[in-house]
Amino acid sequence: MAQAAIELIGINKSFGAVRANRDINLQVARGTIHGIVGENGAGKSTLMSILYGFYQADSGEIHVGGKPASIHTSNDAIALGIGMVHQHFMLVDNFTVLENIILGAETDALLKSSIAKARSELDRLEREYGLEVDPDAVIEELPVGLQQRVEILKALYRGAEILILDEPTGVLTPAEADHLFRILKQLKEQGKTIVLITHKLREIMAITDTVSVMRQGTMVATRVTKETTVGELAELMVGRRVLLRVEKGESEAGAIKLSVKNLTVKDSRGVTMVDNVSFDVRGGEIVGIAGVAGNGQSELLEAISGIRHAVSGEVTLDGKPIDLTGKADPGELRDRGLAHVPEDRHHVGLVLAFEENENSILGYHDDERYLKGPFLNVDAIMADAKEKIEKYDIRPGNPRLRTANFSGGNQQKIVLAREMEQDPGVLIVGQPTRGVDVGAIEFIHKRLIAMRDQGKAVLVVSVELDEIRSLSDRILVMFAGRVVGERGPDATEGELGLLMAGVEHQEAAQ
Amino acid sequence: MSTPYAKLPAWADYGLIPLINLSVAFIVAGFVVLLVGENPLRAAVILVEGAFGKGTGIAFTLFYATTFIFTGLSVAVAAHCSLFNIGTEGQAYIGGLGIALVCLSFDSTLPWWVIFPMAIVAAAAFGALWGLIPAYLQAKRGSHIVITTIMFNFIAASVMVYLLVGALKPAGSQAPQTRNFLAGAELPKLNWIIELFGAKIRSAPLNICFLLALVMAFLVWLLIWRTRLGYEMRTYGHSPKAARYAGISETRIIITAMMISGALAGMMALNPVMGDQHNVAIDFVSGAGYVGIAVALMGRLHPVGIVLAAILFGMLYQGGAELAFEMPAISRDMIVIIQGLVILFAGALEHMFRPYIQTLFASFSPKSVGMQAVKGTGA
Ligand SMILES: Nc1ncnc2c1ncn2[C@@H]1O[C@H](COP(=O)(O)OP(=O)(O)OP(=O)(O)O)[C@@H](O)[C@H]1O
Ligand SMILES: [Mg+2]
Repeated sequence: MAQAAIELIGINKSFGAVRANRDINLQVARGTIHGIVGENGAGKSTLMSILYGFYQADSGEIHVGGKPASIHTSNDAIALGIGMVHQHFMLVDNFTVLENIILGAETDALLKSSIAKARSELDRLEREYGLEVDPDAVIEELPVGLQQRVEILKALYRGAEILILDEPTGVLTPAEADHLFRILKQLKEQGKTIVLITHKLREIMAITDTVSVMRQGTMVATRVTKETTVGELAELMVGRRVLLRVEKGESEAGAIKLSVKNLTVKDSRGVTMVDNVSFDVRGGEIVGIAGVAGNGQSELLEAISGIRHAVSGEVTLDGKPIDLTGKADPGELRDRGLAHVPEDRHHVGLVLAFEENENSILGYHDDERYLKGPFLNVDAIMADAKEKIEKYDIRPGNPRLRTANFSGGNQQKIVLAREMEQDPGVLIVGQPTRGVDVGAIEFIHKRLIAMRDQGKAVLVVSVELDEIRSLSDRILVMFAGRVVGERGPDATEGELGLLMAGVEHQEAAQ
Repeated sequence: MSTPYAKLPAWADYGLIPLINLSVAFIVAGFVVLLVGENPLRAAVILVEGAFGKGTGIAFTLFYATTFIFTGLSVAVAAHCSLFNIGTEGQAYIGGLGIALVCLSFDSTLPWWVIFPMAIVAAAAFGALWGLIPAYLQAKRGSHIVITTIMFNFIAASVMVYLLVGALKPAGSQAPQTRNFLAGAELPKLNWIIELFGAKIRSAPLNICFLLALVMAFLVWLLIWRTRLGYEMRTYGHSPKAARYAGISETRIIITAMMISGALAGMMALNPVMGDQHNVAIDFVSGAGYVGIAVALMGRLHPVGIVLAAILFGMLYQGGAELAFEMPAISRDMIVIIQGLVILFAGALEHMFRPYIQTLFASFSPKSVGMQAVKGTGA
């Protein structure tokens, strides 16, 4: 092995009774891309946070570039040439790219020379690594893919030789993800070392040189990527064989439960995001909506669930109309049997500062079961939360834990458990498995199919084509706010890909 | 992935950090005392003795604390719904108007224990109303609550001046205040409780409003953490998007929270008006609403913390008055500076020392950082 850029020896870290990392050893060779995979809550983010100085290990040693290092804050890590790209970008939304990049690295009070220096340095970095981005663009106007690029530039600007990326592709479109990987390869060729955490095993196979697998806080294996397979990695992660594609029988579609006619939705700036969309979802079927992120799927879900007002259109739930253009109230729709797992669990589906049990009633908090007059029935809420934790294997199984301290996949399970256990007639789900490990994906898919088999109508929006194809009985493809095609579950990836890129749509328009 | 962040154990969070903040405030204040040529240690002794040394001092301290408990709770309730209610001052002032109307109408005919509940309702209703208007403007028109509540403080002041030199002023009187209430509108004192412990009290205004304040602190705790309404307020407070998703009406929750906050502010007026002055005079709130902001912040928006912070500020008020009396070089304004320093370090700069303490904890016992979140886990 080449010289190790990072070496972790015997790292331990506990949070109270939860042992997030136990006796972890890891070596990452200089100039390689090293993948880390593992179940939700396996301790990947914790390990990287220790390396980046967010947390202190209870015991263990860190060596950087062969020398023992003591990392107490992220400034220590930055000084050692370690950079981190956070999944939730730490950028100031209304600053320009340039301003964000110098933030915290300013050298003078008036910023004049800092800015000039940063501009030329940025220019060099952009050319060297193919990371084009307009230095004067305002962050909030950039798509996520570019925002992420700014995060990478920020790390490189601070002299990062080692770059940690924690689930970088969760929020990216496939094209953006491809571009990111080209950038990472380029960085590697320039001698940088990269640690990549992801749940997408295909990405691991495509880009890493070596890969380590974590399970319940321990490092269970390290493999040379070329000598392993997706199946082996999945099995190492979960400790059993995983069905990468859940079996499902034929659907027995019943009556129409959700019907959408000529729905048009505009965003806050008045841009039409959903353009005259019509479709039905019957009981006993899963309808999947495929499409590149940003083509109106999010707005469609928000409109149907009553979060966003529609401009025009008719939607009926169980044959009865719902007024989406006036005051559709998500609470009322929920009472009528429409459950919604939102795409953005951090801001919409959960209150991260709440305890787990408080989140397990969000939206159903006015249900008599959870109340005693105007008071919350704390005992009933706790009992109910414990039941869901049991049934959905939410870890750690502590309903008093702050929701922010659950790993991403377990947070998603909290939302799913809440919405599915209400026994709704119609379930709409945005990005059911974003940031979720393979074992949990299998579990969630099984649950969704079980709901279908009980005769529920399920509408799934996902940017993961694999997920859409393995779940859906019918696939609708959205492009530029319109439904541009409907296909069966046996549609090929290429066929759907063309529809998603709007190719047929444009041909038809000509 | 959730963004990792370190947490301190509860005792450090709620005990150590406020203690450090306070100590720094007092050390800086000590330098100020030194500057005017007085002995800071002696000043500190006078301050503490003035507040807790004698029965009368204790009674005064608790009297001031009563006022600050109400205003602190008022600010905290709104803050749990992420509304920064700076209007506690004006809401308390208008609350006084409600009390005046009740007392002036009935003090000759009814006993205190009938008037008191009526005055509570009137004070709360008037305060709530004064909170309602900015709330409505925020919910329906998007006018920022900070701006509107500040403006409403001025409007309240003008309205009260207008009434106190006009309609509410007894004919022939020169003072801008109502006539003095009769015995029916005077609240019983609580000084006997302190006397039970053997301390002597000359005359002090501590009255049953103190008990009312403690009851309200408990009710606020119940409201915020144990009722459906409190749950909805906290949801909106943490994430308006999640509240929308959960079917919580933005208009309703903003208006309700602000009305409760206004009602608590209005009730503050009971303490000085019915418990002490026995009239409504111009500017009787005298900044207690703003102190409420500091009390709420220092008490970490929790009723227990608020009661403790209110007692601290009560001590500063009472001990400060004593200090100004004993050390002529230290004027009333100096006391305001000292109070300002406490607000600065304990309220505004609350997080200044936190990172250092976290680092310190991390290097001494890494395990303790992050413990708090999973306290009591069996997982
Ligand atoms: N600050 C904290 N306080 C308490 N427990 C925590 C804290 N941070 C993490 N944990 C717990 O430590 C364990 C490891 O979490 P970590 O975030 O490292 O998992 P992960 O492997 O990154 O998972 P995911 O793939 O879902 O992001 C989890 O059980 C989590 O709930
Ligand atoms: Mg993680």
